[in-house]
Amino acid sequence: MNHKSRGFMAIDMAYICMMVLPLLLLITLKVLTNAPAGGIDIAGADIYFTLPMPIQNLPITESQVNSLCVLITILGLCLFLTHGITSGKLLIRHHVAEWIVEKVQAMVDDNMGKYFSGFAPFVTSILALSALSSLLSLLGLYPPTSDVNIVGGWALFVFALITYYKFKCGPVQYMKSFGEPVPFLAPLNIISEVATPISMAFRHYGNVLSGSVISVLVATGLQGLSKVLFGFLPGFLGEFPFLQIGLPAILSIYFDIFSGMLQAYIFAMLTMLYVASGFPADLYEKRQLKKKLVGGN
Amino acid sequence: MLEIAIAIILGCCALGAGTAMIAGIGPGIGEGNAVAKACEAIGRQPESRGAVTTTMLMGCAIAETTGLYALVIAILLIFVAPNMLVDILMGIVG
Repeated sequence: MNHKSRGFMAIDMAYICMMVLPLLLLITLKVLTNAPAGGIDIAGADIYFTLPMPIQNLPITESQVNSLCVLITILGLCLFLTHGITSGKLLIRHHVAEWIVEKVQAMVDDNMGKYFSGFAPFVTSILALSALSSLLSLLGLYPPTSDVNIVGGWALFVFALITYYKFKCGPVQYMKSFGEPVPFLAPLNIISEVATPISMAFRHYGNVLSGSVISVLVATGLQGLSKVLFGFLPGFLGEFPFLQIGLPAILSIYFDIFSGMLQAYIFAMLTMLYVASGFPADLYEKRQLKKKLVGGN
Repeated sequence: MLEIAIAIILGCCALGAGTAMIAGIGPGIGEGNAVAKACEAIGRQPESRGAVTTTMLMGCAIAETTGLYALVIAILLIFVAPNMLVDILMGIVG
């Protein structure tokens, strides 16, 4: 396949559009629905509309729409990175794709062991989803990770995975795992089991939310301060918040980029560690061996 | 009378939020310890810098969790609780 051919370029453009268009759509939606508010504006996700449901009405919120658009963007990114990877001639983006796959595969193999080596795509998707969701705040959009419902959903999903792998050796073994190391600690073990998804969700959402709250507070404080300091200037100059230039950007590097990336990494890391540690690997291997021996006879 | 009741609700929410954030001391001390030990470890074995840094960041983020619980409670107390409590009060008064 020729990388310079018309058809290849056209499909490339389509993938790039798939990456960029959802974000542009979100920005337009945000501009259309949000009136610029003065003063401190710390609100949750906007509710676009409500679907009537039998038990309770289902509100479609900004965070749901944003995270769906992030999913489409990630799909476009993956298609773009791997487009034409089998044609023999490797482009830079193919090397990037390979690098990502190798890094995550090495991470999964290091932390989970070879039984879970198939977990790499799942971990990559959690990483990409969480990181890109947090990075949405760079575009001025509402980051879905600062909504506890979205992150709580991911945490519940991870909790289901953990429980599934704990059940691998049968329900009796699952019940037994609560009585370790001594049986009367069972209530504490149950509490810590329930605390896993809650702490995962709160850790991620609290970090992102606290970042945005602190950013807004600092920006508002600087606006007030510059009004006090430069208020005597005539006309437009008196209104202009000079002090807001610079400092909020430095805070944003920490809160939006570093913190978001770190939380994505930690969420993926904790997923791997919890799933791998909940799985009774030795016992499972022994049983498989026994089954094989019985089957052989 | 109603004004005083609402003022008490708002004031108590703010006090509660401030008191909840005392929990920030714990993660501060803990993360400080973690970073100090990581610096020592890197000083002793500079070649293990990468592994030490990742493990330290991971540990710091987990130590931060208790502080974040307090933060979530404080945010709820400031932005969610007053409206809810005032609504309940209005419901009682009628």
